[in-house]
Amino acid sequence: MSKRILGIVSILMVLSVLLVACGPKPYECTDSIGCVTVAPDEPVHIAYAMVIAGPDATLGIDSRNGAELAVDDHGGKVLDHAIKFDGEDDGCSAEGGQAAGTKLAADPTIVAILGTSCSSAVRVAMPLWSAAGFTVISASNTAVDLTLAGNENQHPGYLRTAHSDAVQGKAAAEFAYNKMGFRKAATIHDGSIYAEQLQQVFADNFTALGGTITAQESVDPNQTDMSGVLTSIASGAPEIIYHPIFIQAGTQIVRQARTTSGLENVALMGADGMFSPDVVEGAGDAVEGVFVSSPDFTTFGPDYEAKFLPAYQAKFGSAPLSIFHAHAYDAMNMVLACVEKVTVKDNDGTLHIPRQGLRDCMYATKDFKGLTGNLTCTPTGDCADPKIAVYEYHAGEYPPTKIWP
Amino acid sequence: MLKRWRQTVTWTDIVVWAIGVAIGIAIIVGTIRTWQAGQYTAEQWINLTISGLKLGSIYALIALGYTLVYGILRMINFAHSEVFMSGPFTAVFLAKYLDSIGFYNTYPLISLILITLLSAGVSITIALLLERVAYRRLRFAPRLVPLITAIGASFFLQYTFRGFYGNDIETYPNFDFLKGTWTIGSIAIPKTDLLVIVSGFMMMLILYGVVQRTKTGKAMRAVSEDKEVAALMGIDVDRIIVFTFGLGGASAGVAGILYALIYQNVHFYMGFIPGLKAFTAAVLGGIGNVVGAWLGGTLLGLIESLGPNLFLQGLGIPAANQLKDGIAFTILVFILIFRPSGLLGERISKTKA
Repeated sequence: MSKRILGIVSILMVLSVLLVACGPKPYECTDSIGCVTVAPDEPVHIAYAMVIAGPDATLGIDSRNGAELAVDDHGGKVLDHAIKFDGEDDGCSAEGGQAAGTKLAADPTIVAILGTSCSSAVRVAMPLWSAAGFTVISASNTAVDLTLAGNENQHPGYLRTAHSDAVQGKAAAEFAYNKMGFRKAATIHDGSIYAEQLQQVFADNFTALGGTITAQESVDPNQTDMSGVLTSIASGAPEIIYHPIFIQAGTQIVRQARTTSGLENVALMGADGMFSPDVVEGAGDAVEGVFVSSPDFTTFGPDYEAKFLPAYQAKFGSAPLSIFHAHAYDAMNMVLACVEKVTVKDNDGTLHIPRQGLRDCMYATKDFKGLTGNLTCTPTGDCADPKIAVYEYHAGEYPPTKIWP
Repeated sequence: MLKRWRQTVTWTDIVVWAIGVAIGIAIIVGTIRTWQAGQYTAEQWINLTISGLKLGSIYALIALGYTLVYGILRMINFAHSEVFMSGPFTAVFLAKYLDSIGFYNTYPLISLILITLLSAGVSITIALLLERVAYRRLRFAPRLVPLITAIGASFFLQYTFRGFYGNDIETYPNFDFLKGTWTIGSIAIPKTDLLVIVSGFMMMLILYGVVQRTKTGKAMRAVSEDKEVAALMGIDVDRIIVFTFGLGGASAGVAGILYALIYQNVHFYMGFIPGLKAFTAAVLGGIGNVVGAWLGGTLLGLIESLGPNLFLQGLGIPAANQLKDGIAFTILVFILIFRPSGLLGERISKTKA
């Protein structure tokens, strides 16, 4: 009796084991920080965190436009899933970064984030996003420390297609010293890490070349009256003022420097944060002869002129508003390429995207043919192929004209 | 004597006084060291003073709006910074249009009057709407309620105007006749600055005249003393309050145009910082007092403009100019501690709503 029961039980057991083996094997996520599962009818969610409102909005909106064009080039789909591209305003500030960071970090459907626009924002947001397992790639953060190995502001999962300011500040110093022959310079920053580090890189390189820094001043990003700071700078009689800040305060400096006694003929130079039609509008006639450093658009591949710009014009009805649209386009393409590479797709169309796998794939990017050059990422996420040029503004004209190198 | 002193003075007082004295010494030491360093020429100090005066005039004009409303209603109208923003942010489109048809610099005076009228008109409208929609129903509510409503109204107005005109910075075209400087003695003053300083002073005189010399002004003072009794005497309290808001709006609208003449750039967020500074100025001068608002604004402008270079730099503080807002608000805190009624005191006596 007991023998029969035992026999039946053992037969059942063998059958059940066989059944399990024959049925579809569920995907098992072996990724060290987890996977994103996308059901067959769900979109792949890529978020942005860029400055899309306020006085610096052109910077973020321009990058978002670039990324949207990359999505369009993929027909709005990756691995037959729609791409959902939405996001938050980073406010171009630490406060904005905190808000956008917290909100996005709470959304587990997000695979990757494009952003932020400003280094101040990502410095606060990145610890949250890194812990949430996101891959983050910025098209316009240029602060040096973000990709500097062993630095408290360098976090796993962070990459950028923008150039580091170590490159931009050096180029600006070389332009001022070698090309223009200036020997005395003053700098102004606005307390943001972007501006503070950039002016420091400039100052270090300018001093190393043999020049003198007469003052390193700072202003508030919302400040309108610059008379105090400009008078202070004028007392050192510099030949050039380097003010790598943003549009609102930057245009006021340009306007008021011209009417400050002792600074009537001083050269003014901004950085990529002041490369915008708003500068021409905001500074009026005073913009004549102002220098600005920026990525060198003439070195962008032939597709930039032939395909990207017309597509931008057609979709958004204007020429690019700022300078990081191509970097954002490349960033989005890199993310989509890696998503295609590492994702495991079930027969029913369900996607499993391993988070660490995606990061590894991004960091391993080598010779990626982008608009901004051949992108190769360092282990800390510096992916840019940086070529910096200096442009000169003329009253009522945008874009400014390239004068160096 | 000593005993009485020990009873009335608390440790908090001593600490606060000590901080005050320390700051005073720091200011004196910093100033002396800056003078000894001799980094700036006399001309540069004069330029900084002029720039402080012009900034102060604008603060003063905005502060008049805070002060008038406070005098009557005993409430801080925090949405006043948006009343200030609404005028010039609207008039910029008229200015640009006039510039595009070539009228602007051909008939500069007419253009200036037109844009000032439009700016003042819009600011008055916004101020009156605020009073009617946001404050009138709350007139007898606890004081905190209209205060919070004011902050809400401020955000509402900011983002409404952003919705109307967008995010971008708009720029006033330059008036050719305001370019360059006038020389008085050996001092060259930019024409725009002189215009701003003189208009600010005139506007203060006009408002002072209205409050002190006209029948409506008398009614305003009566309402601020006691609303009920004023009503019994046959004064239409609602009408007086509306008039006060209108007056504040007009001065904000004019301030907006003066601001635009100096800085050219206007945007939806432009009211916030000047609004805060003007509030500080109103408190500094003694809120509720028209002359006090002008005095407070002018002083604040001067301190902000001269302060960083005068004493912070002498103390060896790097990049001193970013602390100018810090100076302004430190002053606010110290006034609230040492002289809550402001420099000229509160003219209207004790009765609290």
